[in-house]
Parts: sequence; C-alpha cells; structure tokens
Amino acid sequence: MSVDERDPLTGHRTTGHEWNGITELNTRVPRAVWWAIGLTHAWAVLMWFLLPSWPLVTTYTKGLLGVDQRQLVAGQLAAAARDHDQWMSRIASEDLPTIRGDKELMATVAEVAPALWGDNCQACHGRVATGGPGFPDLVDKSWLWGGDDDAVLETIRVGVNSAHPDTRTSQMLAFGAGGMLTRDEIRTVATYVQSLSGLATPDDATRQAGAQLFADNCASCHGDDGTGDTSLGAPNLTDAFWLYGSDSETLFRTIYGGRHGWMPTWESRLSEAQRKILALYVLNVLPEKQ
Amino acid sequence: MVAALTVGTRVLALVILGIGAIVGLAMAVAGAGQAFGVHGWIVLIYCLVIAWRVMLQLDAPEPSPSRLRSYYDDPIKMGVVLTMAWAIVGMGFGVWVAYLLAYPDLRYDAAWTGFGRLRPVHTTGIIFGFGGTALITTSFHVMQRTSRARLAGEFTPWFVLLGYQLFVILAISGYLMGINQSKEYAEAEWYADLWLLVVWITYFTLYIRTLARRAEPHIYVANWYYLSFILIVGVLHIFNNVALPVSWSGSRSYILWSGVQDAMMQWWYGHNAVAFFLTSGFLGMLYYYLPKRAARPIYSYRLSILSFWGITFFYVWVGSHHLHYTALPQWVQTLGMTFSIMLLVPSWATAANALLTLNGAWHKVRDDATLRFMMVAAIFYGMATFEGSFLAIRGVNALSHYTDWTIAHVHVGTLGWNAILIFGAIYALVPVIWRRERMWSPRLVEWHFWLAVAGTVIYVFSMWNSGILQGLMWRTYNDAGTLQYSFIDTVMAMHPYYMGRAVGGTIYMIGMLIGCVNIWMTIRKAPEAGYLRDMPKTPAGDADDRRVPAE
Ligand code: HEC
Ligand code: HEC
Ligand code: HEM
Ligand code: HEM
Repeated sequence: MSVDERDPLTGHRTTGHEWNGITELNTRVPRAVWWAIGLTHAWAVLMWFLLPSWPLVTTYTKGLLGVDQRQLVAGQLAAAARDHDQWMSRIASEDLPTIRGDKELMATVAEVAPALWGDNCQACHGRVATGGPGFPDLVDKSWLWGGDDDAVLETIRVGVNSAHPDTRTSQMLAFGAGGMLTRDEIRTVATYVQSLSGLATPDDATRQAGAQLFADNCASCHGDDGTGDTSLGAPNLTDAFWLYGSDSETLFRTIYGGRHGWMPTWESRLSEAQRKILALYVLNVLPEKQ
Repeated sequence: MVAALTVGTRVLALVILGIGAIVGLAMAVAGAGQAFGVHGWIVLIYCLVIAWRVMLQLDAPEPSPSRLRSYYDDPIKMGVVLTMAWAIVGMGFGVWVAYLLAYPDLRYDAAWTGFGRLRPVHTTGIIFGFGGTALITTSFHVMQRTSRARLAGEFTPWFVLLGYQLFVILAISGYLMGINQSKEYAEAEWYADLWLLVVWITYFTLYIRTLARRAEPHIYVANWYYLSFILIVGVLHIFNNVALPVSWSGSRSYILWSGVQDAMMQWWYGHNAVAFFLTSGFLGMLYYYLPKRAARPIYSYRLSILSFWGITFFYVWVGSHHLHYTALPQWVQTLGMTFSIMLLVPSWATAANALLTLNGAWHKVRDDATLRFMMVAAIFYGMATFEGSFLAIRGVNALSHYTDWTIAHVHVGTLGWNAILIFGAIYALVPVIWRRERMWSPRLVEWHFWLAVAGTVIYVFSMWNSGILQGLMWRTYNDAGTLQYSFIDTVMAMHPYYMGRAVGGTIYMIGMLIGCVNIWMTIRKAPEAGYLRDMPKTPAGDADDRRVPAE
C-alpha cells in the first residue's frame, strides 16, 4: 500500500510504503553517525599504515612500526629468562644445604614454589602436600623412599613405577589374588598389622599366627619389626601414617590385591632448578608453615 | 493440521517420509553396533512418527480452496511450540553445565554427562534448536505479512521446519554418544551437515518464492535481514563443513582444510554464525515486531539501509578476531581488529534506529511488557556489540581471551538480546496467529520480563567479574618473575562466580518456564479475538479472517 504522509510527532515524511501497518520515516542519517563512521574508518586506516595488515601477492604490508608478534614474544621470553637467571642459575648450580643457608634465596624459593606446586603436584598430593588415599602425605616425616635431600630429589626426578629407565619400583604383592594367602590368613595378618600400631588388640592365638604369617611373607620388605624399608618403598606399618588406610577393609584390599603406587617422572618436564625448588618446598617451606 | 493439507500433499509427505525411513533403516543396518546405527534408528523413528500422524488424517476431506486466500499459519503454530520446547532443552542443559562447572561431580560418572558432551548440547540446542526454530517460525510469519502473500506451498514450510528439527536432534544426540567433528557451533558430522544443506536450500527457495508472490511493491527491511541470514549461513555452512567421510556407514569424517587454514575457516564460519544467525536474522525479527507492537514508523529508512549494508559487509571480515595471538599471521589479525571497530557504527546505528522508533511510544513501553522485551533486547544488542568491538582490540583480547569474559559477552548477546527478543516476538505473535485478544496473563508476561532481566544481569555480572579476575590472575607475576598463581588457584577463585552464574541461569530459566505456561494457557484458554484484518491480498479477494479455524 502506498501512503505518503507526515508523522505528526517528528514532522518527518514517511517513505510512502506500508507493510502490514508498518511504515518508515525518511529521516536523514543523524550527523553523529557520519562522525562515528569517519572516526572509526580513520582509526582503521591509521592502523593499516602502522601495523602489518593487507596481503600482497606473496607478502603483506609490514606497517610503519615494524612490529612482528613473533619477534615480540621471543624478545619478551628472552627478557624474562634473563630476569629469572639471576636466581635460577644459583639454584641450579648450588646444593640444597647451601641454598637453605641463604635466606634471600630461600625467600625466592618460597615465592616461586607454590605456583609450580599447584600446576604440577597439587592434583595428586593436595594443596599443602598432605596427600590423600593412595597419594602420600609429604610433610608427615614418614617417608616411603627416604626423606633426605638426595632421596627426595631422586624420587621427583625418576618417579615411582614411571616410564623413566631408572624409575623407582614399588611392588606390594597381591597375596590374595596371587593365591599366596587364604582370605582367613589375610584377615589374621591384617589384624596383626593393626596391632603393630596399637589399632587392634588381638588375642594371643591370633597374634602369634599373625606374627608367623608376617615373618614368612612380609618381613622381607617391611622388615622384621614392620618398620618398612625405604630402598623398596615399603611403608612403615607401625606408625600413625597410612598411605591407603588402616581400617580392616582397606587393609584386606591392600593385601589381597596388592598396590602399585604411580608417581610420574619429572626429569623431562621440569628443569633441575625447578625440581630443587619443589624439594625445598616439601622439605622446608611447607613444614615451616605448618 | 494435516487435514488442512490437500490429499496430494499428504501423499507427497508420505512418499518423502517413506524415503527418509528407508534411509534411516539403511543407516541402522550399515552402522549396527555403532552410534551411526543409533542415528539410523532415530531417523527411522522420526519419519515413522510423522508418517503415522499423516496417516491418521489421510482420508480427511479435501480442505476448502478458500484457505488459499488466508495466510498459512499452521507451521508457525507448530514452530512456536517447538521453539519453547527447545528453550527448555537448551536452557536446561545450560543450567546443568553451569552447576557442573561449580560442582564438577554433578555428572554421576556416566560417559555422556561429561562437560565436553553436555556443553555442545547446550550451545547447539539453544542456538540452533531454540534460536534457529524461532528464526524459521518468525520468518514464516514476517515474510507473509510484509509481502501480503500466502507462503509458497503447503508442503515446503513443513519440510523446512520439521527437517530442520531432525538436523538438531541428530546433532545433539550425536554429541551425547560422542559424535563430534570438533568445530565449535558446527559439531555435527557429515551426514547431518548434508541433510541440513538440503533443508537450508529449500528454506532459501521458499523465502524467495514467497517474496516473488508479494503484493507490495517494495521488500521490507526485515526480509533483507532474514534473506542475508539464510544465504550467508548457507554459504558458510558449505565452506566450513567440506569433509571426507571415512566410510559411508560411520560417523567419522575428515575436514578438507587443515592447520591454520582450518582455524581461519572455522572462525570465519564461527563468527558469522554469530553475525548472521544471532544478529542478522534477529534484526529481521526486531524490525518487524518492534514497530508493529509500538505502532510507530521506523525512525529512519536511510539509517536502515546504511546499517544493513554496513553490517553485512563488515561482518564477513572479522572472524580473525577470534584468533588473536595465534599462529594466524598478524596481518589477518589486524584486519579482523580494524573491521570489528568499523562494524560498531552500523551495529549501534541499528540499535539506535530501533530505540528511536519508540519515540512517541514510551508510555507503551512502560505499560506493555511485550514491547519492553523488545526494547531491552535492542539495548542489550547495543551492549553486546560495543563489548564485542572492544574485545576485538588485540590488547584487550590478550586479557579476555580464554576467560569467562568471553562467556559474559556471549550471554549479554544471547540471553539479553536473542532470547529476550524471541520472547517478545512470541508474546506478540501468539495472540495473532491463534486469534486471541491477548496473552492469557499479562501479569505473567511481566513476571517473565523481570526474571529474564534479573537472570541476565546476575549471569553477566558474575561472568564479567570471574573473567576479568581470571585474566588478571593468569598474568600476575611475582617479584621473582614467575607466575603468582597456579591454574587451580584461579579455578578455586572462580567458584563463587560460577555459583552466581548458575543462580542467574536458574532465574532466567524459571522466567522461561512461566512463559511456556502462559503460551500454553493462551492457546487453550484466552478469549478469542473478534474480527482481525490479518490476511493476504489476493486477486480472488480476501478470505473472511474470522473463519480461519483457530485450532
Ligand atoms: C615385595 C615387597 C613387599 C612384600 C613382600 C610385602 N609388602 Fe606390603 N608394601 C610393599 C610396598 C612397596 C608398599 C607400598 C605400596 C605403594 O606405595 O603403592 C606396601 C604397602 C603395604 C601396605 C599399605 C600401607 C599403607 O600405608 O596404606 C600394607 C598394609 C602392607 N604393605 C602390608 C603387607 C603385608 C601384610 C605383607 C605380607 C603379607 C606385605 N605387605 C608384604 C612391599 C611389600
Ligand atoms: C599422578 C599423581 C602424582 C603427581 C602429579 C605427583 N605425585 Fe608425587 N607421588 C605420587 C604417588 C602415588 C606417590 C607414592 C608412590 C609410591 O607408592 O611409592 C608419590 C610420591 C612422592 C614422593 C615420595 C614420598 C615418600 O614418602 O617418599 C615425593 C617426594 C613426591 N611424590 C613429590 C612430588 C612432587 C614434587 C610432585 C610435583 C612435581 C609430585 N610428586 C607429583 C603421585 C603423584
Ligand atoms: C538459562 C540460561 C543459560 C545458562 C545457565 C547458560 C550456561 C552456559 C554455560 C555454563 C556455558 C559454558 C561456559 C564455559 O564453557 O565456561 C555456556 C556457553 C554458551 N552458551 Fe549458554 N547458558 C544459558 C543460555 C544461553 C542462551 C539463551 C544462548 C543462545 C541463544 C546461549 C549460548 C551459549 C553459547 C554460544 C555458549 C558458548 C560460548 C563460548 O564458547 O564462548 N546460552 N552457557
Ligand atoms: C559488533 C559486534 C560484535 C563484535 C565485534 C564481537 C566480537 C567478539 C569477540 C572479539 C569475541 C571474542 C573472541 C575470543 O576472544 O575468543 C567474541 C566472542 C563471541 N561473541 Fe561477539 N561480537 C559482536 C557481537 C556479538 C553478538 C551480538 C553476539 C550474540 C549474540 C555475539 C556472540 C558471541 C559469541 C557466541 C562469542 C563466542 C565465540 C566462541 O565460542 O569463542 N557477539 N565476539
């Protein structure tokens, strides 16, 4: 339908068309719009002159500023590396006792470590390294593989049951599944294990049977007195710290099915300096905080 | 609805459905034991259910020829119902994903409930299910009304509407089974893509054929937008999805493009999915329902032309702003950034054109929640485009990219602009096509309005906070020159905002459910309208509109 009329409100003419009751005014484009077009286009053209922008046949316009995002990043990375190097090179070359002796360097370690820990170790060992079922508490002083500097550094370097050729190997045999012990024997020895740390007080008959089973099957790794062996990663069964758990059901599962803790190797993922920072974090920074 | 089709059309429908069922069966047999086979069953069952519905009324008498003198609104009615059904699915999954991000255990250890599967169900369900069905539905309405012509054909509109539903169903059920070609917003695999292509070409020809029948000398702006949406989405869909299937009986395929070309193709598509799906199509909707509801002339025809061509021209250049600081050559990034800034002017000009149209109708905006939905949508559109242009600046993007800031921007657009506009349009549309005086309960429309606005604001503010905090935490260095925060620190810092987002989304969803009830009750209970002059112009004269059956 054709209507050519004036809108009483704005005084503008309509275009003369109508669609199911909708009409359009012929208002001119507001000046602000032209200004905005001018400004944004001017800015765009300016950018085209300054920055790499338009493709040519085999190359592109490089821009007057001569910026190149690749070089920019490379430069920033190099600058950051130079920055780190002041302390990083010292950590890489000095041994842990020397680093510990330097308060300032230890302050840097304490500053750098949490993010490194959070991005690499926290998922398994927890926020403050207190672990969880299957993942050891690293601040409890009950070490599977030894808590001296070299042992901890070595564990972090090669991991446990990992893909590293020198990996530490942790093997808790599957006594039940492997048919070495019956279910009853497993229950007996489990009760005996509990009694080692005072969690159970079995009658004499059970204790003796348990002690015998333990001596025959377990002592080779866990030691005659059950205090473990850090060269095998066999935990101390007489203390209050448990990797998998001390209740009867968990103990039964551990002895029946065996356990093979897995800790990745970090040699190719973290630099030596970073591994040292983490060892110091676990051995010094965290215990001091707690 | 079937009885309103001619017997010939019913038979044609059965033939096409039969072919579909045979293809479905073939897929089910060839892909037995795989997800592809399940898709075969879905196709088969889908075709059989519709065929059964047609069969029920196969013998109904021929419809009266006088129907050809009125608009063809049956597919629109179905479309409205489907749109709201998709709203429930899409937002339901959105809310689930939102709670899942706050509580990662909320997945009950099933394979199909992983974040990687649920998230595309949300995005596809909401954009293509809800948004796409709303676009098809409203376009059927707008193309008829602004052309004063009946839809071209009675079979084609159904083919487009229901065929499109099948595509979305295949896409979504596929993600849950692990079928995904790993391209965002184009996750569906090759056979679903091919099917969509068929549907889309039919849609385009339907639109053109209807326009060709028009009784108006000029084509209204809304139609330009709808057409550019259909045309460009079709072209993008083809380019982004050229893939070689590994076998005809499996869902796996390989995309022709690789490396950085593939990335560029993906975001050329991805951005224009946003641009032409969520912007141009919706501007078509805005340009019809807003002036219609406000009963005011469009503020400026010249501004319409200027911004239409501005938007259409600039949008196709800007995809590279999704790939700042990547392997994409820097010159492409500069172009994407500069064109994004130039794009702001036509975007805002469009929002301004809509808002200035309301001059002289502000009292209606105050009193009528339906019109207020559209007004607020235009405002959010302005906000989303401003924010988008800002985020496209490389330096800003360095902070925002990969963070929840993008999610905030997305939902300013999708919740505030797309979904709110759809609700406004549907509240305007439902009484018209069901011949009702008004919605069943204007009070509930009012409630829906405030819940939608509150939900959007809570969602968006949570994500702005979370995004900026996240971006800053990621780039904070300590004195030693290493990162201050580990990734998990930033994740934990997000938790309260994720809760906020989930609550905002829940509020939004409640509003939408209220809308569903209101629409249902309007169809069932609202008083019938008296004489409505809502009919095409035909040489044979007008049909008596009142006698159009209001099912
Ligand atoms: C071959 C050496 C070996 C033998 C023999 C062995 N263990 Fe172990 N055991 C280990 C190792 C190594 C671990 C640590 C497993 C890990 O870290 O995953 C372990 C762990 C355990 C634990 C878990 C401790 C915790 O903190 O949760 C218990 C309990 C245990 N052993 C009991 C026994 C008993 C009882 C026997 C005898 C029936 C036995 N072990 C025999 C090597 C052995
Ligand atoms: C995939 C999980 C996982 C990650 C990640 C991980 N660990 Fe471990 N870690 C373990 C497990 C499991 C053990 C116990 C292995 C065993 O059973 O003997 C362990 C043991 C250790 C031990 C020896 C504890 C002892 O009592 O002797 C140290 C030290 C250690 N981890 C440090 C680290 C550090 C430092 C990181 C980060 C670079 C790290 N871990 C990352 C799982 C992990
Ligand atoms: C009930 C309301 C909604 C909720 C709770 C919700 C929630 C979410 C969540 C949790 C995500 C994932 C974010 C992430 O990965 O970090 C998401 C992504 C997304 N949503 Fe929604 N959503 C809602 C409504 C909508 C609507 C209505 C639309 C579109 C019309 C939409 C479109 C999208 C898109 C496109 C993405 C992907 C964003 C990206 O990849 O950057 N959402 N939504
Ligand atoms: C002038 C207009 C707009 C511009 C210049 C723009 C720009 C941008 C930019 C720069 C990003 C972030 C890219 C990234 O860092 O990954 C983005 C993301 C996004 N925008 Fe916009 N935007 C505009 C309007 C809109 C509108 C109106 C909507 C929608 C409804 C929208 C929806 C989205 C979506 C869904 C994404 C997420 C894409 C993804 O999955 O990563 N945008 N936009």
